[in-house]
This record gives sequence, C-alpha cells and structure tokens, in this order.
Amino acid sequence: MQRPFTPKVVTASDLLIGDVIYLAADDSWVRELSRAEVITDEAHAQLRLLHAEGQQDRVVGPYLAEVAIGENGPEPVHFREEFRRCGPSNLRHGKREHAERPAERSCA
Amino acid sequence: MYTYTEFDRAFLAERNAQFRAQVERRIDGSLTEDEFRPLRLMNGLYLQLHAYMLRVAIPYGTLNPDQMRKLAEVADRWDRGYGHFTTRQNLQYNWPRLRDVPDMLDALAEVGLHAIQSSGNTIRNVTTDHFAGAAADEIADPRPWAELIRQWSTDHPEFQFLGRKFKIAVTGSAHDRAVTRFNDLGLRLVRRGEEIGFEVTIGGGLGRTPMIGKVLRDFLPQADLLPWLEAVLTTFNLAGRRDNKYKARIKILVHEQGLDTLRKQIERHFALIRPAWRGADQTHLARIAADFAPPRFRSAPLDGFHRARDTDPAFRSWTDTNLTRHRHPEHAIVTISLKPHGGTPGDATSGQMRVMADLAERYSHGELRISHQQNVILPHVHRSDLPAIHAVLKRHGLATANAGLISDIIACPGMDYCALATARSIPVAQQIAARFHELGLEHEIGPLQIKISGCINACGHHHVGHIGILGLERAGVETYQVTLGGDSSEEATIGERTGPGFSAEEIVPAIERLIMAWLDLRRNSGETFLQTYRRLGAAPFKAALHSRPQEVRPPAHAA
Ligand code: HEM
Ligand code: SF4
Repeated sequence: MQRPFTPKVVTASDLLIGDVIYLAADDSWVRELSRAEVITDEAHAQLRLLHAEGQQDRVVGPYLAEVAIGENGPEPVHFREEFRRCGPSNLRHGKREHAERPAERSCA
Repeated sequence: MYTYTEFDRAFLAERNAQFRAQVERRIDGSLTEDEFRPLRLMNGLYLQLHAYMLRVAIPYGTLNPDQMRKLAEVADRWDRGYGHFTTRQNLQYNWPRLRDVPDMLDALAEVGLHAIQSSGNTIRNVTTDHFAGAAADEIADPRPWAELIRQWSTDHPEFQFLGRKFKIAVTGSAHDRAVTRFNDLGLRLVRRGEEIGFEVTIGGGLGRTPMIGKVLRDFLPQADLLPWLEAVLTTFNLAGRRDNKYKARIKILVHEQGLDTLRKQIERHFALIRPAWRGADQTHLARIAADFAPPRFRSAPLDGFHRARDTDPAFRSWTDTNLTRHRHPEHAIVTISLKPHGGTPGDATSGQMRVMADLAERYSHGELRISHQQNVILPHVHRSDLPAIHAVLKRHGLATANAGLISDIIACPGMDYCALATARSIPVAQQIAARFHELGLEHEIGPLQIKISGCINACGHHHVGHIGILGLERAGVETYQVTLGGDSSEEATIGERTGPGFSAEEIVPAIERLIMAWLDLRRNSGETFLQTYRRLGAAPFKAALHSRPQEVRPPAHAA
C-alpha cells in the first residue's frame, strides 16, 4: 500500500539576504511559515517545487519540507525546520527580531 | 607583523574586483547557484541556515590593532555588530547580505585582510601556535614560515581545485598548542645540531574518521619546505580520491596506500622539482622574517603588580588562570576570555573588539592573536601593566578568569547557524558553563577542556576534548554523545565513546555526574581530569555518566 502523502511547504533561502523563505499560494515568497501554502497533494507538490526551482535569480536551494497542521496553520515536523522558522536560540537575530509577529510568538 | 607590498595590495584588489563581478552576475541571474557556489566558497562566503556567512581569514591568528578595528567596523556597518572567532583562527560574520559582501571585502583589504581560501577545496588558512613569538618554550617563531606558506598557497594555480580541503598547522614549540597532529599536514620546528628544520606529520584530521597525523619526515631542512609541500600537494592532487567526498581527505590516502608508498611518490616528485627552486623563496623568507623581529621588551618595577595581586582577589584569580609564561621574565602572555559564563563561546561585540585593539596598541606592542580555543591573546604584556588592563577588561565583560577551565569551552556554531548541523552546540556550552559557575567549582576542577560539535564534521574538535560532546539526531530529537580522554596536544589522543547519547535535557546533568564522580576519584587536588582518566581508564567514568540520577549522591560542593 502506498504511504499517504504528508503535508508539505516549499521553502528556500532568499538569494540576496540568505534568510528562510516560504512559497505562498499566490506565488509570492513570504518570511513566515504560517503564511506558506500547505500542499497536500504529491503531484501539486512537484509542480510547486519546479516553479520554485525556476527562480534561480530569486531563491537558493528550494525543497519540500514536511509540516503538520496546527492552530496557526503549518508547523514544522523536524526540529531543524523549527530553527529555520524561528532563528538562532542564542541571540535575538534573524527571525527572532520579529518575534512580536503573532504567528511567530510560539518561538520562545 | 608582515607588511603588504605593492604586489600584495594589487593582487587583493584584483581578486576582490573579480569576486564583485561574480556576485553581480549571480544577482542578475547569469550565474546559477551551482556555478556560483565554488566561486563564493573560494572567497569565504557560505550560505547558512538563516543567512550568508562570511569567513575572514586571520592568517596564523595574528592581528594588529587597525585590523581588529576594521573587523569591528565591518561588523557594525554590514553585520550585527559582532563577530564569531573560530577554532581555525578565523572570524565569521553571521549576517552579511550578498550585495554587501564585495564592499565588506574591499573594506577588509584596506588593512590587508581577506577571505581567500577560507573555504573550498583549497589550501586553507595556515594556523599556528597563538603564543608564537612570545612563548617561553619556543625554538623559533613559526610565523615567518606560516606567512611564506600563505603566500605560496594563495591562488596557487595547481591547487585551486583539490580533491578536498587541505589544512596546514605550524608550531615552534615542543608543547603543541596548534593541534598539528590533527591537521592534514603538521609542521613542528625541531633543532638538529645548529640547524633548524621541521618534523612533518601527515594525514591527521577530525571529522567522521578522526586520525592522528603520522610522521612523514623527522627532519625536513627548512630550505626544502616549499618544494616539499608542493610535492605533497601534487601527489595528493593526483592520487587522492575524488569519487567520494567522505574519502577525499589526505588522511584516507595515507590510510589506504600506506605511509611508505605515499612517501615514495612524494620523494620522486620532490626530486623532480627541487632543482627548479633556486633560492628566491629563501631570500623572500628573510624579508618576511625581518617583519617578525621580536619587539624590544622593557624592564620596569613590578611592585604594582604584586600589590594588586595581594589586595584584589578578582585580579589574583584572573592572573592565576589567564596568564602564560613569556620568554621575557617580566612579561606575560594574556588570554582574554571570550567565554563569559552563559555566553556564546567565541563571540565578541564590535565594542569589545575596539577595546582589545586599544589595549594591544597601548600594552602589547601592537599585537593581538586569536587562539584556536576561541579566545583573544595579548602576547607581550609587561606585568606592571596588568592591573590597568584587567580594570579595562572588567568594564567590558572581558575579564572572565577561566582560561583552560571547564567553562572555557570550544563550541562550533551548531544548529543555531550551521546548515550541516544535526543538533545545537551553543546552548549546551552555555548551560555547562553557567552550571559550574553556579556550583562555584571551576577553580577546584582545574584544567579541563570540553569541546562540542553540532555534527560529525567535528569543527568543535570534540574528538580531542578531555570531554567531547557530539550533537546528533536520533529519532527526531537532539542527542548528545560523550567521548572521554581526547587530547589535542603533542600527546595526541582521540577520545573514546562512552555509550548511548543523552537528550538535550539530560546532557548537562550527565556532565555534572561525571565531574562529581571524578572529584571523588582523583588522587589529590593536583591531579587533572585527564590524568585520572589515564590512570583509571574509562570504566568508572562511564558508570558515573550512565548511572541514573537518583543513585548519585547530591554534590558535596553545591551552593
Ligand atoms: C558554519 C559553517 C561550517 C561549515 C559548513 C563547515 C564544514 C565542515 C566540514 C564539511 C568539515 C568536514 C571536512 C571533512 O572531514 O572532510 C569540517 C571540518 C572542520 N571544520 Fe568546519 N564548518 C563550518 C564551521 C566551522 C567553524 C565555525 C570552525 C571553527 C570553530 C570550523 C573548523 C573546522 C575544523 C577544525 C574541522 C575538523 C578538522 C578537519 O578534519 O578538517 N568549521 N567543517
Ligand atoms: S561541526 Fe557540523 S554543525 Fe558544527 S560547524 Fe561544523 S559542520 Fe556545522
């Protein structure tokens, strides 16, 4: 039996800044996981990834990251994605500078 | 210090202009990431978890005050006002933007700094003893040779695309503070009669297959250094494996072919090229050596120093731990700790960088060093100046009296920054340091090196920590594996694994159990952790680590 497809988001690094970005449903790139397009279909996931890979002049290293659906929308499954979502734990830099954003409050 | 010639400056300007054009072509889309990556790596630019990272080479760890101030300025202007000093005597900026990097490099070039070959499959920044030129136990200052190697290896056309990176470390002392045995090539100055030469070790390394360097030559005449290095690198370039990145380092070649076979190939090539070296390198070495002439050490009364020691316990404690014997008896080598309890190991703010630059200018003959322990060194300080220096350091959060103690931890960036990490390392270091500070035990514990890496690449040297901690992922959570008995000195030893790992919550209590058990095991207060470990073997230590917390008596010394 085929394993059920687990929800995914397309994520990458921004070419100019290098920070973590996610692909939204309207084709824009957003900085909050909560605003990312949650993909629940395998074929659609491949299409969205191809779409991202075509943007060499905008993003670096796009890939599909697994998510779970929580209260604020998509949440990381792996702890690495949690760090990418939240920023480093030792200093309030990167995404932690924006910890006041409602959807990112869960970043301690 | 080495002073740049017109040629050096022109080379750097041209190289930076080249990279600026490459960045522009990446931004306008004419270079793909696959094309750009090797180019940016060759210029020290990584893409990390949250941002780009620029690694600036600090050749053999030596800086002058203007260079340190420039590092501060670059941090303020284009980064977040701080820098991270690494175990390879480099500085990393964690937040540069791609468009700004060419400007950062131009600014650094104003003081002769660069990021060339601080990454990529090239000959990397040559590292050396951070006490070079100052240590009491030194045969000669190794830095002129280190500078010669830097100039020879920088942009060397044959060695820009090696099978894998190649790291060289040089030391001038029998006591190895430069971890030479764990570099691809280690050079140790030795004396034979009147002559100075090198003991050459090869194939050392950490990473997933840690190996101790083996002696390739017990005495290499110093005039043969560059042709010999060239023969080694050519041999590696041709014979080294390129089919598997994990088997591409020279340590694997040494392991698979054997030292003797490799030596024969190197010698054959050496015989071929040696006649072409007619001595220009030696003339150039003499010019470099003149730049490293020792400063003129002064003599002055030491009453103030002794008085401060008698009256100020904080000063006394700091001088007990953070000073090393200098070749001139009235002087001392000062270690400025970048390990405040609970802080990030190796980080310094731009303000702190400026303070250290000023201190070096005023009190240390204009010299600073970066140590592989991620601290900053003032190499030439007259003891009478120590009270004034300590007072300044204290005001800027730089007077932590812990050099060489349990809180003087080496930690790689780990998953807080590094894209390759399997777990975090910084928070583990922060918690261990804070915990033992709280227990008030560090001085009683004495010399102890904890080294933490966030993945098997071992950038945090965990294999050679007296206590090594390796962060891994097991079943979707951060897990920490402990090794014991490692040693990065001339007694090079790879630490032994102790069994199953610990979760992020368990690791600090486990280290605490280990230390408490050792305090009971040691012969007397003079026996170090490593000595007890060597005397008794791993068993009692493993038992302490893996005993369940409730079976352990409460720490006798707890506050
Ligand atoms: C943050 C980005 C970094 C990346 C991507 C990175 C990557 C790597 C990799 C892939 C290796 C294994 C090489 C091999 O075995 O062939 C390695 C080893 C090493 N790196 Fe890093 N590293 C990083 C940061 C650092 C830092 C911050 C330091 C110094 C604190 C450092 C110092 C070393 C050392 C000492 C080794 C082991 C010695 C050796 O076998 O070469 N690296 N690094
Ligand atoms: S040891 Fe691993 S996690 Fe740490 S800096 Fe090196 S590559 Fe990154």
